[in-house]
Amino acid sequence: MAVCVAVIAKENYPLYIRSAPTENELKFHYMVHTSLDVVDEKISAMGKALVDQRELYLGLLYPTEDYKVYGYVTNSKVKFVMVVDSSNTALRDNEIRSMFRKLHNSYTDVMCNPFYNPGDRIQSRWALFAVHALFLQGLPC
Amino acid sequence: VGAAAAAAAAEAEAEAAAGGSCGSGPPPLLLSEGEQQCYSELFARCAGAAGGGPGPGPPEATRVAPGTATAAAGPVADLFRASQLPAETLHQITELCGAKRVGYFGPTQFYVALKLIAAAQSGLPVRIESIKCELPLPRFMMSKNDGEIRFGNSAELHGTKVQIPYLTTEKNSFKRMDDEDKQQETQSPTMSPLASPPSSPPHYQRVPLSHGYSKLRSGTEQMHPAPYEARQPIVQPEGPSSGGPGPKPLRHQASLIRSFSVERELQDNSSNYPDEPWRITAEQREYYVNQFRSLQPDPSSFISGSVAKNFFTKSKLSIPELSYIWELSDADCDGALTLPEFCAAFHLIVARKNGYPLPEGLPPTLQPEYLQAAFPKPKRECALFDSYSESLPANQQPRDLNRMEKASVKDMADFPVPTQDVTGDDKQALKSTTNEALPKDVSEDPVKLCSFPSDLPLFCYRSYSSTSIEEAMKRGEDPPTPPPRPQKTHSRASSLDLNKVFQPSMPATKSGLLPPPPALPPRPCPSQSEQVSEAELLPQLNRAPSQAAESSPAKKDTPYSQPPSKPIRRKLRPENQTTENQEPATTVSGPASVATVKPHPTVQKQSSKQKKAIQTAIRKNKEANAVLARLNSELQQQLKEVHQERIALENQLEQLRPVTVL
Repeated sequence: MAVCVAVIAKENYPLYIRSAPTENELKFHYMVHTSLDVVDEKISAMGKALVDQRELYLGLLYPTEDYKVYGYVTNSKVKFVMVVDSSNTALRDNEIRSMFRKLHNSYTDVMCNPFYNPGDRIQSRWALFAVHALFLQGLPC
Repeated sequence: VGAAAAAAAAEAEAEAAAGGSCGSGPPPLLLSEGEQQCYSELFARCAGAAGGGPGPGPPEATRVAPGTATAAAGPVADLFRASQLPAETLHQITELCGAKRVGYFGPTQFYVALKLIAAAQSGLPVRIESIKCELPLPRFMMSKNDGEIRFGNSAELHGTKVQIPYLTTEKNSFKRMDDEDKQQETQSPTMSPLASPPSSPPHYQRVPLSHGYSKLRSGTEQMHPAPYEARQPIVQPEGPSSGGPGPKPLRHQASLIRSFSVERELQDNSSNYPDEPWRITAEQREYYVNQFRSLQPDPSSFISGSVAKNFFTKSKLSIPELSYIWELSDADCDGALTLPEFCAAFHLIVARKNGYPLPEGLPPTLQPEYLQAAFPKPKRECALFDSYSESLPANQQPRDLNRMEKASVKDMADFPVPTQDVTGDDKQALKSTTNEALPKDVSEDPVKLCSFPSDLPLFCYRSYSSTSIEEAMKRGEDPPTPPPRPQKTHSRASSLDLNKVFQPSMPATKSGLLPPPPALPPRPCPSQSEQVSEAELLPQLNRAPSQAAESSPAKKDTPYSQPPSKPIRRKLRPENQTTENQEPATTVSGPASVATVKPHPTVQKQSSKQKKAIQTAIRKNKEANAVLARLNSELQQQLKEVHQERIALENQLEQLRPVTVL
């Protein structure tokens, strides 16, 4: 479903980026990077809003002709960015939300590991293996 | 009669080829003659002495009338365990037979239990219905006690050929049965006069022993002699037991074979969990639990992530590896480790340090559910029933069988350890193996004790002081675990091996404590009270280094010990200098006391000395703390005074300055 998933730290450096293997990764890295501006814009637009699920999910950041980029931010200003193939039109908002929720859960599991220092690259094979399985292997929507 | 025997033999062979049918029918607890005899003998065994039992000769005479006694739980437990069934099955059997409800093994319960064991060994589920079938006798394997086997299995073993229940599933079985048939044939002429005519149609149909037979049939050579000699004496009872059921003898012989080929059963059963390195032994489990308690007193609670992180970091594994181990073991991903999770993590660390690669997934034997059930925390139980309830899951069986595989006396002693009184048995087992275990310390200690204490000796002391000395001894001389582990890094920290740590400190500190109190009065007591108490401490330190084996830190201490004594003698010495002298003394004395402990090569295993050593260490530490606290307060006082002086000087300066500055 998703062709690229990225976890960006608060300071806007990537903690984890994984693209679908068939694609050119550099293109997605660039797209994720440029989408960070949009994310920041949306965050500042929200202001000091209450944190709830709705506002964690940022929605469609920007579309290109081939791809759509969705964003999600956590309470600790860690951003999740997901790039989805535009041709996959059946993907609805709710599905994107659920995917982000799963991603958030996996990220929380990584955080729970006391040996993980926040701000390190996420090298956990486990927590984000789920990400890979769910998102990047083209499971049917 | 001989002809009858031969005919029966032929019949049996034909039967083997054709296959019999499963018997149906008699109401529960209707024991056949053979069964009754066997069971009564077993009951007599258990009701009587645990190990003795009647000799090979007169089983016919020992047909103990049922209802005379209750079988003692101990021998019954041993007998049940010798049946090589999984503990869960035994537990079920115990429950079903009503012994648990009644609270003892009366004859009825015992017989029902035996029949259920036979059912279980035949592969039937453990239920009351199972015993309605005609069953073979249960088989028990006791590596040392042949009498048990003979009685348990071959009460009706007689030489006449019998109808063999169908073994259609395996051709091998036919062949082997043929072998046995032939051998039995050779025997049969001698026995036939004694054996009653074969029989009774009702007994004809027996629940066949399952295809498990075939698996257990190899290696028959060793088995054959035993049945034969078993058969000889057993022949006697065959006469009186009218009705020696036909099919029994061969089946029992086969059952004997099955009982002898325990290894195969073990392999079959343990194939569920072939992960040898990932199974936690009891000793390791004890150690893990104690370490858990040292971090978190409540065994049912959990350790927070930061605490666990600090603890595991001491193991000197790399952070990514530790992170991976954490992910493996923290199954619920809550950032905290419960006791089973902690044990799994600890075990993985131990394995990793021993060179085993980390698994891709958490091995089944390390799953929290498995560990939770396999090792309930309170393990001080002696009752038979409790011992079964402890080892509830069938998963336990591979562990038990794994231990049985070692097939040594030690294991027979070890096996009851987790299920019965742990410390008592362990103590005995350990003390009996003290001397032989000692040299094994370095090479075979499966527990990575010293990887941890090497980083923090105090940590080591604290954690061990919280456990009993017996457990410390136990850890020091762990028996080798199944996996052939590579050389432990124990040698790296051998200087801090627990036993060596405690032993040498004992003579040094123990004697170190005695002299100081009498030494105080002769000393010219300074007016300052602090120096008196310091004098208390310092002579100890003086004596500790002096009495310890000479090492470089110790040698350094002796010169240091002199200057600290000087301020005591010189009353007029200003505070500053006394404190300064005390500081190096106390700081040096700290590591000195630890260092002097190190080089002691003698390893003595006396628990009282260890305790005293720990107590003296505690006392010394407390005194050092007191000294340092006093020091701190004195320095604070000085600081205040100096501050005041400074303020006064600044005031003066201010007053003087305006004159000059315009």
